[in-house]
Amino acid sequence: MTEQGIGAAVARREDRRFVTGQGHYTDDINRRGQTHACFVRSPHAHATLNGVDTAAAGAMPGVRAIFVGEDMAEVGPLICGWAITDVHGEPFRAPPHPALAIGKVNYAGEAVAVVIADTLEQAKDAAAAVEVDYGLLDAVVDPAQATADGQPQIHEAAPGNLSFEWALGDKAAVDAVFDGAAHVTSLEFANNRLVPNAMEPRACVAEYDAGSGEHTLHIASQNPHVHRLVMSAFHGLAPEHKLRVVAPDVGGGFGSKIFIYAEEVVLTWAASRVRRPIKWTAERSESFLTDAHGRDHATTAELALDSDGKFLAMRVDTTANMGAYLSTFASAVPTYLYATLLAGQYTTGGIYCNVKAVFTNTVPVDAYRGAGRPEAAYVVERLVEAAAAETGRDPAELRKTNFVPADAFPYETPVIMQYDCGDFAGSMDQALDLAGYSGFQARKAESKAGGKLRGIGFSSYIEACGVAPSAAAGSLGAGVGLWESANIRFNPTGNVQLFTGCHSHGQGHETAYAQIVADKLGVPYEQVEVIHGDSSKIPFGMGTYGSRSAAVGGSAIVKAADKVIEKGRKIAAHTLEASEDDIEFAGGNFTVKGTDKAMNIAEVAFTAYVPHNYPEGLEPGLDETAFYDPLNFSFPAGTHVCEVEVDPETGSVSIERYAAVDDFGVLINPLIVEGQVHGGIGQGVGQAMLEHAVYDGAGQLVSGSYMDYTMPRADDVPSYDVGFNGVPSPLNPLGVKGCGEAGAIAAPAAVMNAVHDALRDVGVGHIEMPATPLRVWQAIRDAA
Amino acid sequence: MYNFEYKKAGSVDEAAGIVGADDEAKLLAGGMTYIPTLKQRLAAPTTVVDLNGVGGLDGISADGNGVTVGAMARHAAVAASAEVAAAIPALADLASHIGDPQVRNRGTIGGSIANNDPAADYPAALVGLGATVQTNKRAVAADDFFTGLFETALGQDEIVTSVSFPRAGKAAYMKFPNPASRYAIVGVFVAQAADGVRVAVTGAGPCVFRVAEMEAALAASWSADAVAGIGISADGLNEDIHASAEYRAHLVTVMAKRAVAKAG
Ligand SMILES: Cc1cc2nc3c(=O)[nH]c(=O)nc-3n(C[C@H](O)[C@H](O)[C@H](O)COP(=O)(O)OP(=O)(O)OC[C@H]3O[C@@H](n4cnc5c(N)ncnc54)[C@H](O)[C@@H]3O)c2cc1C
Repeated sequence: MTEQGIGAAVARREDRRFVTGQGHYTDDINRRGQTHACFVRSPHAHATLNGVDTAAAGAMPGVRAIFVGEDMAEVGPLICGWAITDVHGEPFRAPPHPALAIGKVNYAGEAVAVVIADTLEQAKDAAAAVEVDYGLLDAVVDPAQATADGQPQIHEAAPGNLSFEWALGDKAAVDAVFDGAAHVTSLEFANNRLVPNAMEPRACVAEYDAGSGEHTLHIASQNPHVHRLVMSAFHGLAPEHKLRVVAPDVGGGFGSKIFIYAEEVVLTWAASRVRRPIKWTAERSESFLTDAHGRDHATTAELALDSDGKFLAMRVDTTANMGAYLSTFASAVPTYLYATLLAGQYTTGGIYCNVKAVFTNTVPVDAYRGAGRPEAAYVVERLVEAAAAETGRDPAELRKTNFVPADAFPYETPVIMQYDCGDFAGSMDQALDLAGYSGFQARKAESKAGGKLRGIGFSSYIEACGVAPSAAAGSLGAGVGLWESANIRFNPTGNVQLFTGCHSHGQGHETAYAQIVADKLGVPYEQVEVIHGDSSKIPFGMGTYGSRSAAVGGSAIVKAADKVIEKGRKIAAHTLEASEDDIEFAGGNFTVKGTDKAMNIAEVAFTAYVPHNYPEGLEPGLDETAFYDPLNFSFPAGTHVCEVEVDPETGSVSIERYAAVDDFGVLINPLIVEGQVHGGIGQGVGQAMLEHAVYDGAGQLVSGSYMDYTMPRADDVPSYDVGFNGVPSPLNPLGVKGCGEAGAIAAPAAVMNAVHDALRDVGVGHIEMPATPLRVWQAIRDAA
Repeated sequence: MYNFEYKKAGSVDEAAGIVGADDEAKLLAGGMTYIPTLKQRLAAPTTVVDLNGVGGLDGISADGNGVTVGAMARHAAVAASAEVAAAIPALADLASHIGDPQVRNRGTIGGSIANNDPAADYPAALVGLGATVQTNKRAVAADDFFTGLFETALGQDEIVTSVSFPRAGKAAYMKFPNPASRYAIVGVFVAQAADGVRVAVTGAGPCVFRVAEMEAALAASWSADAVAGIGISADGLNEDIHASAEYRAHLVTVMAKRAVAKAG
C-alpha cells in the first residue's frame, strides 16, 4: 500500500469544495435568456381530466408557452426498463405513463401541464391560473386492498390494479418441507414506505442550440448516459449524438436520481420549441410528492426449522406497491433484487417467494438505497430472530448453526445466486465482541433498575452489489447492459485524466478512483483528475447505483491501467533498448529486469506524445479505454448488532449501542467506507424508527414536509462501532465488494430485532416500522 | 411568494400605523414562521412590516419582581441570558429546547406568542408562570392572551412589545417533542407561580390550557406522585400521525410528573 494508494484513508478531496460552497450544482447553472418552468400538478390522487383551460394563464405577463399532455403526443411515454414475465408466462402490465397526464391523473402531484415563463414567479402565477376540470374518482391507496374486488381501477391495461404476479422457487417442494417441519415461525409485516430526501432536490436546465441542432440537458442524475439513451431511444427527443446530458455535482441520490422523470423529458422537448433555455428545480414539497418513493411491501413470511434449529425452508408472500405507474426500474426491485437474497447468510434448503406488484394512487415507487435487499434482509433477519425467541435459542447461536460455512464457497443458493466468498461466522464473532454481547445482561439489569426496557438485536445481512453481469441481467429482463467504462488519458506532461462512466453524487469517487490510478500506475495521487457526468466527455457508462462503482467501475479502471502498462512497456523497451519481456513495471517505473535502467511512466507518456524515437508501427499517445462486464454480483455481508433502551412510559426508543462488522472485501479507502457505513446505518435507523411516507385514504401525502416526515438527526443515532472482516472477492481484479448500501440494508432488522427483544419482556409480540413512540406506547398498552 | 411592499419600521408606532391602516399588512419578526408561509404562497400581504429595525425591542432584564423579555428577543438570547437563568431558570431551559440553533437565532418571543401555534413552547411558560404580555396599547394577562388555535387577544394594529414573567418558586418545563418537527407533542410547565401553583399544557390541545386538578394536587403536596395519578380526558385533544388524543392525554400526566421531579 502506498501512502495514497489502495487502502489508504485519504481525506476526500471533493469535500473542501462541497463544505465551502464551491460545488457546482444544476441549479447553479444560469444561461442567457433562461426561462423557468412551473408544473401544474394534480391536487387529486385519482380523477379524470375533463379539460385544461390555459387561455387566461397564457395571456399573463412573461409567459412563453403552456403545454399539456396532448401537445406532447409525439413524445413516447415514460418507460419501465426491466420487463418481468409473470407466473403465467405473460409480460407484466406496464400501462402508458405520459410525461404530462392525458385524460386522467393517477396520483396527487402528477404533472398536468407546464408553464414556461421568463421568471419563476411569473411561471407560478400563470400555473395557478391554469384551470383544470377534474372529475373526482375514488382512490385506491392501500396495496393490500388494491387487487380486491370493487376497488377503483387505475389503468384499463392493468385489470384489478395488478401489474404482475411473479414467483421464484419450487412451491410444491417447499410446501412439502413445511408440512413436515418441527417448527414453523410465521410473521406478517410491512416494509414502510420512504421518501428518498436527497439534500439537493431534482433539477434540470434544458438548452437547445438551433444552429447545431444540439440539445443539452443539465440534470441532477446518477446516470447521465442512461438518461441520454432513454430520452433518445424511447422518447425520440433527439438522436444520441445530438443530445448532451451533463450531471454536474449532484447532492445525493439514493436511487431517486436514476430514473427518467417527466420533468426532464418535458424540459428537453420544450426547450427546442420555446427556443430558450429552461430551468426547473424541485421545491422540497415537490420532492416529497414526485420523487420515486422507496420500499412499501406488505409481507407474510414463514421459516421452517427442524428440531435442531436448522432452517429447512422459507415461504414468502409479498405485495409490492408500485404506485400509480411503473417507474424506470421499479419492477426489478421487488423481484430480482429481493427474492434472490432471501437465502441470506444461511443454508436454508428451499425457498419460495411470490410477489404481487400492484398499482395504487400514489407516486411511483422505485429503487431506494438498497433497493429490494433491505426488504429481503428484513424478511430473513426478522424471521430468524423470531424463530430464536420462539424456540428458546440464542439468536447469535441459531445464526451460526445455519451460516453457509467458510469452506462451502462458491455457494449456490436456492434462489439463483452464487455467493463467491465470505466468512459469516467470523464476522458474527467479531461483532459479538465489538458489541460487548457478554455484558448485555448486566446492562439490561441496569436499565430495568431505572424503569427502562433494554433489548439487543442482530442482523446478519447479505446483499448483492456490483450490478451486474450483462448477460445475466438481460436474461432476467433488463433492457440495458450493466458493464462499466473507464478511460485513462495521460497528458504529455505526465499527469492523468480519468474519465469514468460511473457518477459520484456523494460517494467520493474523485478521491477513491484517483487512489486506484495512483496505486496501479504509480502516478502521484495529486496528478490524477477524475472526470464524470458529461456524456460529451466520458465514454458511454451506466452510472452509479447498486454499490457498483468500485466492483464494476473500479475494475474498468484497473483494466484500462493494464492497457496503459502494456503499451508503456513497448515504449520503454524501445527507449531502453531491451526486449519487452525484460521490462518490469512497478511503482511507476519501467525497469529492465536485473538492471538499474529505468524509465518513469511520465517519461513514457512524454515519449508517447513526442514520438521522435519510437517503436515502429506503434500508435502515438497514451490514452486507453476499457469496458468491464462483471462476472457475477459481489456479496457484501456482515453482522450488525443494535442495543436499544425503551422508556415504557412514553414509548420512546433510544439506540444505546450499535456495532457493525462488514465484509466489503478489499477497502480502497477505509475513511470513505466508514462514512458510507455511517450514512447507510443512519438511513436504516431512519426507516426503523422515524421515517414513514403516509398517505390518507384519499391519496393525499400526509407526511409531505419535514414537519411530519421524520428525517434522522444526529441525536437520533449513537456513535457507531464499526469493524471490518474483509474477504477479498476472487471475481474482480480489485477484490472489492461494495459498501454504499450495506448500512441501510442491515440496520432496519438490527434495530427492530432489538426493539422486539426489549418489548418481549412486557408481552409485546409485534411492532411495525417505524417504531415511533406512539406505536411503541400503543403496543405496550395493548399487551398489558 | 406573491409580490408585496416591504417596509422596515423605525419604531413601534410607525409599524402600528401601517398595520392599523391596512388590514392586509403584516408584521415580520424572526420570520421563522412567516417567511415559509410567504414562500409557499399561503399568504398574500399587501405590505410586510419588518420589526427588525426597531430599536430597544430585544432587551432582557430582571428585577426583584421578575424578568422582562423584549418582543424581539431571540430564543437563543433568552436561553443564554444570565438574568433569566438566575431568576427563572425554567424559562431559559424552555427557550433552549425550541427548534434548532438556526431557529433559536432568528425566532422571537413576540413572533412565537403572536402566532400561537398549538405546539409552541412559549405559551406554556407564559401561562405556567402567569406572565403579562405588554403591547403598544395595553397589558394583557397570559391567561387572557391565548384565545384559541392560532388565535390571540391581539388586535390588528396591536404589537407585542415585551413579556413580563413574575418570579416563581420551583418551576420546570418538560417537553415531549414531535419526532419530525420537534415542536411539542405535549409540553407541560409546572410552577409555584407568584399567584399559586400553575400547570400549563401546550401541544396537547388546540391552545395552551391549565389543569386545575393538578394545580390543586400540587398546591397540597408538591411532588411528582401528587400528579402521577391524575389523568386528563382525551376529548378535544389534537390527533395526528404522531400522536393520538389518548396518547397526548397520557403524556400530559407523564410530562407533568417529570416536570415536577425536574423542578425539585
Ligand atoms: C424548523 C422550525 C422549528 C421550530 N421549532 C419550534 C419549537 O420546537 N418550539 C416552538 O415553540 N417553536 C418552534 N418554531 C417556531 C419559532 O420558534 C418561532 O417562534 C416562530 O417561527 C415565530 O417567531 P418569529 O419571530 O419567527 O415570527 P415571524 O415568523 O416573523 O412571525 C410570526 C407571526 O407573528 C406576528 N408577529 C411577529 N412579531 C410580532 C409582534 N411583536 N407583535 C405582534 N405580532 C407579531 C407576525 O405578523 C406573524 O404573523 C420552529 C420554527 C421552525 C421554522
